[in-house]
This record gives sequence, structure tokens and C-alpha cells, in this order.
Amino acid sequence: MMKGLQDPQLVLMIAGILAFLVVASLVAWVLKLRAQGPLPPERAKTIDNLIARIKAWWGMVFVFGIAIATGGYGSIVMFAIVSFLALREVLTLLPTRRADHRAMLWAFFIFLPLQYYLVAIEWYGLFALLIPVYAYLLLPSVQVLAGDTEDFLARTSRLQWALMICVYCVSHAPALLILEIPGYEGQNAKLLLFLVVVTEMSDVLQYTCGKLFGKHKAVPAVSPNKTVEGYVGGGLLATGLGAGLWWATPFNPWQAGLMALVIVVAGIAGGLVMSAVKRDRQVKDFGAMLPGHGGVLDRIDSLCFSAPLFFHLTRFFFT
Amino acid sequence: MVLEKLVATGLRGLCRLVTGAHPRWLSDPHHTVPRIYFANHCSHLDTLVVWSTLPDELRQHTRPVAARDYWGHGAIRGYIANRVFHALLIDRKAAEDKEVAERHRQETLDAMTAVLDAGESLILYPEGTRGAGDVIQPFRAGLYHLARARPAVPLVPVYLGNLARIMPKGATLPVPMQGQVVFGPEMQIGEGEGKQPFLERCRTAVLSLTEAKPA
Repeated sequence: MMKGLQDPQLVLMIAGILAFLVVASLVAWVLKLRAQGPLPPERAKTIDNLIARIKAWWGMVFVFGIAIATGGYGSIVMFAIVSFLALREVLTLLPTRRADHRAMLWAFFIFLPLQYYLVAIEWYGLFALLIPVYAYLLLPSVQVLAGDTEDFLARTSRLQWALMICVYCVSHAPALLILEIPGYEGQNAKLLLFLVVVTEMSDVLQYTCGKLFGKHKAVPAVSPNKTVEGYVGGGLLATGLGAGLWWATPFNPWQAGLMALVIVVAGIAGGLVMSAVKRDRQVKDFGAMLPGHGGVLDRIDSLCFSAPLFFHLTRFFFT
Repeated sequence: MVLEKLVATGLRGLCRLVTGAHPRWLSDPHHTVPRIYFANHCSHLDTLVVWSTLPDELRQHTRPVAARDYWGHGAIRGYIANRVFHALLIDRKAAEDKEVAERHRQETLDAMTAVLDAGESLILYPEGTRGAGDVIQPFRAGLYHLARARPAVPLVPVYLGNLARIMPKGATLPVPMQGQVVFGPEMQIGEGEGKQPFLERCRTAVLSLTEAKPA
């Protein structure tokens, strides 16, 4: 049984997030006020985008706050919806053929709900196998029965990839709730919050450090806005933040710091991989659902990579 | 009445969930009725998507033109077409006999002008039949005759994108994907404008919306 809001440490973490958002909103407001008069268009655009991003953050924090406050099922349902929206975005972008229709129905209406149902009933064994084994075999079988072999390997790979990223990987975030960590019973909501806060703050801090100090482009061929200064500065700050949150986790400070470092590195990799996919499909964003950010998948690209790693490291070393 | 409202709200929610459809307006959405909306036809979802992305006050006064052989069949489809969409059901099967075909065409046209005269808008698909989604077929003459009959009623081109992938021909369930709905700038039939030039101009108007950049 999750403690939810009866856990004072959880309340403290949520209060911290809200305080941070208030400060961020004030900073953005001051920037906007100071920026009266003619501005270089580049700068004006950055400020407007910053304000849009912060606004969207309020909405996201509100939704996630409610989900996590309810403890278990609320978070599972929320991440299932996130998976649904992300999968919808990816499949919109990936070329599919008429013969993929039935397999896509399976992905959306059987595997996605089933994966989250397995989290809800805490069946770890099948949770870990469902998509990498059963969907992996079943989806191409459904596709081949439609009788269209054109581009077959690429089509079936794309569908499996989309399902792995959007459903399998994301579902590892709420799966943190079903880990049985000795001495930490009923407190796993904080572990989920730790993962999400470190992942997202890593993105935010990298963005901030990049904007403030960024000089050397890190990977111009993939993501021209990313800089070495952003990665290093933001990554170190996020690692420090994770270490500083050790009191809310089953880890000691240096373990929390190492976990945060893994989350940061995985998140960077996730962001780059998703950027490469967008480049490949020649789009800037996966969608337009979150003003300033892009699509849902633009916001959770790092989480897709950090969640499974964090889940398995915690499961291996702490259960 | 309450049931119809509930069904309508449910359908709109479902449509949002499955197609993520947000309308993009290149004309003023809050114009006065009546209008003739004409769209490319790519899926059985078309009517639902256009209908549910119209602003509330317009939707109540807009009647989709729908094929009787699809929407007139079955209890649920019939209920939605008649009670929720208030669709104007038409027979699209052309009669063999020339005289009968002509009479049928005139009846269809009369039914449509009657709706416009009653102050309500129409949604129609001048391609007649669903395409594969990637090309827009030549428009049929019905749109021309309607525009000729009521030249003062503004025409609004509507582009529907990706719906053929969401629910292709022969599919019974839709796959959730992002669809596109673009309402283009209003247009009118020119005085003395011929049938072919007019139909081609309308088709080009829909096609031009495919490249419309998001606002």
C-alpha cells in the first residue's frame, strides 16, 4: 500500500518542485519585463519559448502531482496515457502500409493496456517479457498474414521499435512502484518522483547551462542546439541534485549521486536517439501537444532511456 | 435529446483521442451560417472529424451529406447519422436509365438547396468516393451545380490529412494517429465561371491546404 500524501517526505519533494516553478516563472517574468524595446528576434523568440515551456510545466506538474498523490493506480494510469500519446505521435511519423493496420491495432489496444495491467497486478515476470518476446513474435505474424511483403523487415522493425520505446520503456517508470525494497515499504512513490525529477531537471539544467554558457557544439550533425557546456554543466548539477535528494530514496548520498549520473547519461542518449529519429523523418518535433516543448515524446525522450536503467539497477542492487 | 447530446459529446471525445484532430482555420471560424464545406474524402472518419472540429455554434447548424448505402445501414450508424449528425442521406448509385438518373440528380440538388435555404450549412465530398488518401481525385459536378444554384453561399475548402491511415478502406477499427483538419479561406463561384474551371479551382484550393504551415 502506497502512502501517497501521508508521506511527509513526498509532500516536501512536491513542495520543492512547486517552489522551483514559482522561481522559474518569476525569472521568466523579469526577463520579459526587462526585455522591453527592440530585441534581436533570436532573443525575443527564446524568451517567448521559455515562457511557453514554463507554462506547460505547470500543467505537467499539476497532472503528475495528482497522479503521484494518489499513490499507485493513478500513476499507472497516467503513464499508460503518456504511452498512448507517445505511440500515437511515433506511428503518425513512421511510414506504414495498409497491411500494418491490424498489427497496429494489436499494439494500441492489446499490448499497451496489457503492459500496464501487468504493472497494476504486479506480475513482474510477464511485464518484463510481454513486449520483447510475445509482441516481438506476434506483431510480425499479424503483419505477414495481411499478405504484403513490401518493405517487410523495415515495417515490422519500426512497429516493434515504437512499441518498445513508447510502451515498454515508459512502463518501467510506474513499475518502480512494485519493487519490494526492504525498509522502504510503501514509499516507492518517492522513488518514481526521484527518477522523474532527476531526468527532467537534467533536461532543464542542460537547456539552461547551454543557453547561458554554451559555446562548443556537442553533436552538430544530430542536435545543433546541444553544447558541451550544456551537457557537462547540466549533467553535473542534476547529478548533484540527485545526491542531495538521497533522504527521499533507499540510497545513501553517493549511491543516489551515482544513480542520478546514470539517469543523466541515459537521458542524454535518449534525447540524441530521438533527435536522430526526428532528423530521419525530417520533422522538428514529434507533435504540438505541449506548447514550447513540442510533442509528448519530445518531453519524455530522456525518460524512455533512463526509466528502464534506473528500474533494473534499483531492482538488482536494492531488492 | 439528452441521449443525443451525450452521444455527441462521447463521439467528439473519441474523435479527439483517436485522431488528435485540432482544426486549423485559415478563415474566420466564427462566421455566420450557411456555408458549404467541401473536403477531400479519404475515410469513413471524415464526417466525424469535420463535424467534431467545427465550433459548437456552427456544428448545430451544419448537416453532413452522407452516402445512404453506408450511413443508412445498421441501427447504430443510422442513429448517429440521423439523430446526432443530422446527416442528409443521399443515394450515390447512378441509375442506368438516363431520365431516372437526371431526376435523381435534381432531387439530390433540391434536397441540398433546401438545407441551405433553411439557414444550415452542408459538408460534402466532391470526390464522391474515398480515395487511397495520397491523391485527391477529380471533383464531381454536384458541387458546381450546388454552387450555381446558390451562388451567394460561401464555399469553404477543407483538407483532411492522414485519416486514410487511421481508418483505411475495409478496416473496422481506427488506429490512433495524428490527423489533420484545415479549413481554408472562403471562396465563391464566379459569374459565368465554367464547370471544369470551377471544379479544378475548388480541387486546387483543397490541395493547397496540404502545404499550409501551422500557425
